[in-house]
Amino acid sequence: MSETDTPQSDQGRGGERGESMDLGHHISQQFNTELEDVRNKVLTMGGLVEQQLQDAVTALVEGDNRMAELVTTNDYKVNALEVAIDEECSHILARRQPAAGDLRLIVTIIKTITDLERIGDEAEKIGHLSVHLADLDGSRATFSAIQSQGEHVRHMVHAALDALARLDVEQAVATAREDAKVDKEYEGIMRQLITFMMEDARQITRSLDIMWAARSLERIGDHARNICEYVIYLVRGKDVRHTSIEQMEQEVRRGR
Amino acid sequence: MSENATTPNIQIAGLDEGQRDLDLEREAIALKVNDLALYYGEDQALKGINMRIPEKRVTAFIGPSGCGKSTLLRCFNRMNDLIDTVRITGEIRLHDENIYDKSVNVPHLRQRIGMVFQKPNPFPKSIYENVAYGLRIQGVKDRRRLDESVESALRGAALWDEVKDRLGANALGLSGGQQQRLVIARAIAVEPEVLLLDEPASALDPISTLKLEELIYELKDRFTIAIVTHNMQQAARVSDYTAFMYMGELIEFADTNTLFTNPSQKQTEDYITGRYG
Repeated sequence: MSETDTPQSDQGRGGERGESMDLGHHISQQFNTELEDVRNKVLTMGGLVEQQLQDAVTALVEGDNRMAELVTTNDYKVNALEVAIDEECSHILARRQPAAGDLRLIVTIIKTITDLERIGDEAEKIGHLSVHLADLDGSRATFSAIQSQGEHVRHMVHAALDALARLDVEQAVATAREDAKVDKEYEGIMRQLITFMMEDARQITRSLDIMWAARSLERIGDHARNICEYVIYLVRGKDVRHTSIEQMEQEVRRGR
Repeated sequence: MSENATTPNIQIAGLDEGQRDLDLEREAIALKVNDLALYYGEDQALKGINMRIPEKRVTAFIGPSGCGKSTLLRCFNRMNDLIDTVRITGEIRLHDENIYDKSVNVPHLRQRIGMVFQKPNPFPKSIYENVAYGLRIQGVKDRRRLDESVESALRGAALWDEVKDRLGANALGLSGGQQQRLVIARAIAVEPEVLLLDEPASALDPISTLKLEELIYELKDRFTIAIVTHNMQQAARVSDYTAFMYMGELIEFADTNTLFTNPSQKQTEDYITGRYG
């Protein structure tokens, strides 16, 4: 999987590994088109959110004010997509009364875009913090840790969306497992920042800002994990929310 | 999701009210079908059907035309006996009594297992006489008992308030939806154990259909109900359990929530999502 491909469409995301779940073959061609369309919109939204996240981290680490402002102004696009997809889903529910896999797809989409929108909000927050941080002098010691956490989280979001696009439950579980590492990174950054603040009280404002950014990244990891859980629900019909990662793995291994 | 082992078993007040978890294993069983096969002459219409119809629940049968669902429903009160070329093997047990046993009194069986058809078929008599008909056949003559039974059956069929002032009027003057509820009143007046409904709403308008569905919901407190319907959303709305049949076979039988959200068979999935398999 290359790092640059965003889940914009089916291209290059053929189901080599994922399980089969055809959106097509409805007697109603129109229904095929509607499902395909709403699914593609979700992947477009995912691609946009991934970009926002990457830009936000870059802006923060490199102190790039212009990019930070771009992130904050672009959040409306994510929000608009969420509203549009929600509306399409309610139309499909009202007009098609989807069942079984179709129903699970719509439920999954409605929930996924909520998490995507929140990831967008966290990216926007990081954007605001970057603008603020760029005006303050101080140590850049924690920035490499933030950058690595940001990379990690972005990879999680990408992999979660990829699992969704390819209906790959194995990848969903593997990605959900990454969340614990992101939490560890957050704790590490927090410890480091606490040390700074104790050493030099003038660093407190700045350190708090960096901590909020790390906190946002940690939350994004949680949202990515949520999306992985929806993928398992979509493919297997099993609700694995609020269970341990071991139970989740068991559910996936059990197969259909 | 009743069989979801991973969901923590937490009791939260208000969370479980109104939606009991259905589990076929724990149900009392009204009808047991064992290895049932049915032939129309050379053609086999039902193949090795094994299933248990739970008591005081609504069981829906869905499947494409010609899949055998109506044929199976008609087996439950031996309506297929009326067709000369029909041959049946296997058995159906109503509370452990094989209804195809030679000793079974068929008219008596049909009183225990009542049936309602697609088109309402009231007799060209008064509303009152339609409902009292079965009781009169049983030899009930006491006027007060008849009055009480007729009122209770009409109330049970949610028709009483609409017809109580014209019980003597001809039943054929009622609307289609009213006629269908009258036929249900006629069926439940003799206090059957099982009620078979063969496409009961397919000739009704949407409002009458909703009234009928509401009625089915109320009737399941007292009767075991089996319903055949072409309308999948209707099956999803009214039933506790759903059976999907295809080409004379029972493909999948599960609680309705599971069958409509996470069916285990691909054929079921294709049918309920409107795909060609």
